[in-house]
Amino acid sequence: MSDSARARARLERELRREVVIEPNPALGLIAMGGPNDPEPGLTIDDGVVVEMDGRPAADFDLIDRFIVDYGLDLTETAGAMSLNEVEIARMLVDIDVPRSELVRLASGLTPARLARVVSRLDPVEMMLALKKMRARNRPANQAHVTNRKESPVLLAADAAEAAIRGFAEIETTVGVSRMAPLNAIAILVGSQVGRPGVLTQCAVEERKNLELGMLGLTTYSETLSVYGTESCMIDGDDTPWSKALLASAYASRGIKVRFTSGTGSEALMTHSDGFSMLYLEARCLWLVRAAGSQGVQNGSISAVALPLSLPGGTKAILGENLIGAWLDLEVASGNDAVASHSAIRKTAKLMGQFLPGTDFVTSGYSVMPKRDNMFGGGNFDSDDLDEWTTIQRDWQVDAGIEPVNENEVLRVREEAARTIQALYRSLGFPPITDEEIRSAVYGYDSRDMPDRDRLADLEAADRVLSDGITGVSLARALDLAGQSGPAEAILGMQRLRVSGDYLQTSAIVEPGWAVVSAVNDPNEYRGPGTGYRLDGERWERLRRLPHQSEASTKAVSSRRESPAVVEIGDAIPGGPDDEVVIAVGPAFLSVVTETIGGLAHENVLTALVDGIEGEGASCRVVRVRRTSDVAFIGHDGAGLSGSGVGVGIQSKGTTVIHRADLQPLDNLELFGMAPLLTLDSYRAIGRNAAAHALGKRPSPVPTEIDNFARAKLIVQTTLLQALETGEVEPGAPATVIELRERGVVTEII
Amino acid sequence: MPRSKRETRIDGFDPASDYPLSTVRPDLVTTPSGRRLEELTLEAVRQGTVADDDLRATAETLRRQAAVARESRRHPLAANLERAADLAAISDHEILALYTALRPGRSTGTELEDWASRLEKELGAPQVAAFVREAAVAYRESGLLR
Repeated sequence: MSDSARARARLERELRREVVIEPNPALGLIAMGGPNDPEPGLTIDDGVVVEMDGRPAADFDLIDRFIVDYGLDLTETAGAMSLNEVEIARMLVDIDVPRSELVRLASGLTPARLARVVSRLDPVEMMLALKKMRARNRPANQAHVTNRKESPVLLAADAAEAAIRGFAEIETTVGVSRMAPLNAIAILVGSQVGRPGVLTQCAVEERKNLELGMLGLTTYSETLSVYGTESCMIDGDDTPWSKALLASAYASRGIKVRFTSGTGSEALMTHSDGFSMLYLEARCLWLVRAAGSQGVQNGSISAVALPLSLPGGTKAILGENLIGAWLDLEVASGNDAVASHSAIRKTAKLMGQFLPGTDFVTSGYSVMPKRDNMFGGGNFDSDDLDEWTTIQRDWQVDAGIEPVNENEVLRVREEAARTIQALYRSLGFPPITDEEIRSAVYGYDSRDMPDRDRLADLEAADRVLSDGITGVSLARALDLAGQSGPAEAILGMQRLRVSGDYLQTSAIVEPGWAVVSAVNDPNEYRGPGTGYRLDGERWERLRRLPHQSEASTKAVSSRRESPAVVEIGDAIPGGPDDEVVIAVGPAFLSVVTETIGGLAHENVLTALVDGIEGEGASCRVVRVRRTSDVAFIGHDGAGLSGSGVGVGIQSKGTTVIHRADLQPLDNLELFGMAPLLTLDSYRAIGRNAAAHALGKRPSPVPTEIDNFARAKLIVQTTLLQALETGEVEPGAPATVIELRERGVVTEII
Repeated sequence: MPRSKRETRIDGFDPASDYPLSTVRPDLVTTPSGRRLEELTLEAVRQGTVADDDLRATAETLRRQAAVARESRRHPLAANLERAADLAAISDHEILALYTALRPGRSTGTELEDWASRLEKELGAPQVAAFVREAAVAYRESGLLR
């Protein structure tokens, strides 16, 4: 433990719970550019690949072989591999080289080459390249919806909320595998109540996953994990061929498929074979493309903390997202599993995907509190929603979450809860009580949910599979229960499977059942003035936060009954030698009647007068009308004062003790922290002003400092000052004022 | 009477301009039993005229989607959708069994060849058959056969 108090304070920070390490390439603990990574290369002999990335064909593992047989476009390889790395890297950020040309180029580049080119870019170049290479024109986002009790009503309510917040996809999973059908049904129903067309999935073991899709209870799947080494693939009980067959099986039932991969998974499984994370991920991504998947969930995903323990880890993750997009894959770019304890660090990492925009900025934003996230996720959760929408507004960037009014959230949660209650009743499933509905609508997390009969729920879940309860069955049951709206929407989801339009790259379903994908809405970014820009209606929608205020002076102007002020007449310079003039701003006790700290102006005046008189000086109150600047208000007051000492006070409460012989912008004492001033402070200011007037040398009035006051109150400050300035009459002389009811003014000259 | 351009396209399909099928060419989209999208209504569900397992893509639709993918220069995706078209008419049960057979160490070379020849001869799935044969070669060379 350090002797330094500052070092100890840093040690206490959340960040320091995390371990950072030196690279250890032998264990695969190196983010990119590992010493064992092969030299990129491709040798073709008579139309046959005989060597790739330093490995002769005879030594190819399953992954090399699969990439060569089904992926690499041998008509492109010669041209592509002959370009040097920097040349290709420059093309990635060159707005005059179109995306399509780079996609064609990638089809001829080996995994080692892709990794090496990307590692030539710095983070801002990577972001520009990612913005250019994203497949779909408009970015979107995916939600996680789970809870520890696997409460169907809470799942449905959360799914409905996710849907109205604009998530294009919603993913759930299970605590107990047998619950899968019920969880899938809950988020299907909830999502369609929120917004018809939201795609849903339930991540479980592949076979069961496929069964749920075949029944029409899910519309997409991203459970197909691949790894960059053969031993990891085999550990995962799959081969590239079995995964690819699975992908075709999903597609044959009209289910959208996205593979999953990510840096660090091989090192975590201790089968990295000594290669860097980014190189292995480049192999994964090539495998994903070769298998015919339209897209990938990558960005380290559940291993994210491992690359983050290494130098360049965050950069490598952005690099892998970029390689995915470059290979023309839809990219759901991670940011789901907890990346860091530190809010600063995880937000900094997020910006790599958030600012350029990806097909799905997160591959699972936790719509509920992270405690209920069953994916080990919740990197960003329900508590962070306002931060997310505010950061979108700050940057004018669309990261796929819409701000929604709280009443609307409650309404849709209740509707979804009632719908799943009706569905359970209609199907003869264990009943959902009104108490459950109340808790699901208003509660924080599953701890607020009443316990259910788990055994009965599990039996119902089994019944879904044994009776073959399908998406159509759900529509029928809902219709019978009088819920024709949700029934229509669920039927609509089944109809999507008939046309298969959403099997194309980067497909999502917009309101009105319009399928939008990289085919009919491709990203054609070519620099400023092109591509997706957050403007027009969408910007209007994303920038209007429910809690925002009107930027109107009405919001801060007085609605309070305050004493009437009588203007006695023009103020004349000179008074008794012990006189202190209190000079108030033009709006004081007229259009403004309280300071920014909420003190009534008449009480502030009384405190100042009490302080001055208590110290044995006399005083006069004037209104300065020609300026709203506190220095000039105070200096004008000092100029009128018999002693040459004045107190200037703005309507918002900022105060200065001034003396006539000082420069206007100089002062005796300045009290800029208006929000922190109390009536006692104003009394003390009065006493000190009097002391200055009487020729004493008072110690300065102690003041509080709060560096957050400005961040909190700067808008009110601006608006109050606008009111003050609005009352300025250029060239008008100061007037002596008096309070009619309270008789604050004691001396009128 | 001269045929309009639209009419001449009724039987044709242009993968460059006919996506999304559901909105541009709904006339080409049917369920396996031949129902068109517009017939798949809640009313039809009420009447019981829509079978639960009928709401999915046909092999023909998947081949059209494969053509759209190929047109967009997404060749591996197109190949996947063509394999999907092969699988469209095969039962859930068979597909799950085939998937299991392709997992590491599950099948002998003969078993995979049996699958391939069934896919080709009985199940009308030549692309998947070829894919299984290619897998069998790779598995043999990598020691992944049972």
